[in-house]
Amino acid sequence: MELTESKSYTRSLIPFLDRSHSIAQPGFSRWLVPPAALCVHLCIGQAYAFSVFNLPMTKLIGVTQSAPDDWRLTQLGWIFSLAIFFLGVSSAVFGRWVEEGGPRKAMFTAALCWAGGFFISALGVKVHNLWLIYLGYGVLGGVALGIGYISPVSTLIKWFPDRPGMATGMAIMGFGGGAFIASPLSVWLMSRFSTPTHIGVMETFLVLGVVYLFFMLVGAMLVRVPPPGWAPAGYVAPVQSKKLISRNDVFVYDALKTPQFWLIWWVLCLNVTAGIGVLGQASAMSQEMFPGQITPVAAAGFVGLMSLFNMGGRFAWATTSDYIGRRNTYFVFMVLGFILYCTVPHAGSTGNVALFVICFLIIISMYGGGFSTVPAYLKDMFGVRYVGAIHGLLLTAWSAAGIFGPVIVNYLREYNITHGVPKAQAYNNTMYIMAGLLVIGFICNLMVKAVDARFHMKDSDGVGSAAAAAAKA
Amino acid sequence: MSNATQDGSTKLKLFLAWGFVGIPLVWGVLQTLTNAMKLFQ
Repeated sequence: MELTESKSYTRSLIPFLDRSHSIAQPGFSRWLVPPAALCVHLCIGQAYAFSVFNLPMTKLIGVTQSAPDDWRLTQLGWIFSLAIFFLGVSSAVFGRWVEEGGPRKAMFTAALCWAGGFFISALGVKVHNLWLIYLGYGVLGGVALGIGYISPVSTLIKWFPDRPGMATGMAIMGFGGGAFIASPLSVWLMSRFSTPTHIGVMETFLVLGVVYLFFMLVGAMLVRVPPPGWAPAGYVAPVQSKKLISRNDVFVYDALKTPQFWLIWWVLCLNVTAGIGVLGQASAMSQEMFPGQITPVAAAGFVGLMSLFNMGGRFAWATTSDYIGRRNTYFVFMVLGFILYCTVPHAGSTGNVALFVICFLIIISMYGGGFSTVPAYLKDMFGVRYVGAIHGLLLTAWSAAGIFGPVIVNYLREYNITHGVPKAQAYNNTMYIMAGLLVIGFICNLMVKAVDARFHMKDSDGVGSAAAAAAKA
Repeated sequence: MSNATQDGSTKLKLFLAWGFVGIPLVWGVLQTLTNAMKLFQ
């Protein structure tokens, strides 16, 4: 019964999109799969650059300055928040569908949703209806973010069993890099379409929608899944299995019942919380900690440099994890992060800008590395079969961290300043709290052991132990 | 001969696919790097 349902679940109205139609033919190079994944991740990574539209969208009626009927920044801030919220929800809800339907169908769906989100938002700008933008970019775009983010993960791991960290690191690096393209491109497009009486946000949304649709569809066409039993030439699976690398698969919803899932959830959440809080406040923090030494222009440069390290860290740390192991990589994040967070107040009190910059660049590289290493960590724990879906469920940790991190940084700063702490020292407590969070993360990571055999899938038909028990009942 | 053709075709596909994603990415990185240099000015 379950098997029949599972099979019909993956059938498509357009057979070309089915997993069975995207199996690689002999001679296909696996190195074509990372660019296919990057086609999607570079596009959806635009989300990090959405803030470039915020200010222009507050002047759509007034043009030179905000009119009374123009939208306010606080209203516009909800667009990005909604998108990130629906990223977490959709990756959790559609994870199994993505896994069973295959990457091509998922990428195709993500492309339609992402471009559709831009088109609906363009209409929202045209008729000046913010709810349409909430629906377009926030909801539909958020669904595209979730589906697109997890779509290539398990495929890459299957193509690169010898280097799963590097493979997923490349794709997730694209998500970090998408903003580098989107930000200057959006600014340029808006300048092209704007006139003295009109701000070209609508036209920019339309062009971006078309460009992203094209790019993502190319990715969907390019992607292939390996034939069953495929392995890279010369690759020999380790004869002696490692304690923390499972050869058994765990059904997606059974993974939720394991302590390992929740421990890794906390490890990711705490690592991201520590990074995301300072990422959002880097410009203000650097200027307040080094008054007179770091100017607003230099602070903008610092933020740009942090973005580069965020992207580079995604590739470098995930690749490193192939050699030192996933758990050890997170140990490095926690220990090194602890030392660096404790060093930042010292750098501030001694006015050592170089030390401050180095600390944060390494911290932010580990923030990116946390995202990119986790798919391979999940694969080690729960096997390849449902890793994309399990990864989707784990991304709720990101949504939670998106709330915790900025709240800790912003509220503690406010609290300190209102209690008479000089601005230059207002972040010291925050740094120590972040270091403390990493200690908790270290303990969680330390507690991660191999998944109990009772959670392993008993057969290869997609039925997990719990699902099988339910079916029997 | 047919293997050689297949190899050539695969190399061309790889070149095009990586160029398709690599060129915009490198452009974006250079733009960001140019802005980031303001930190050292």
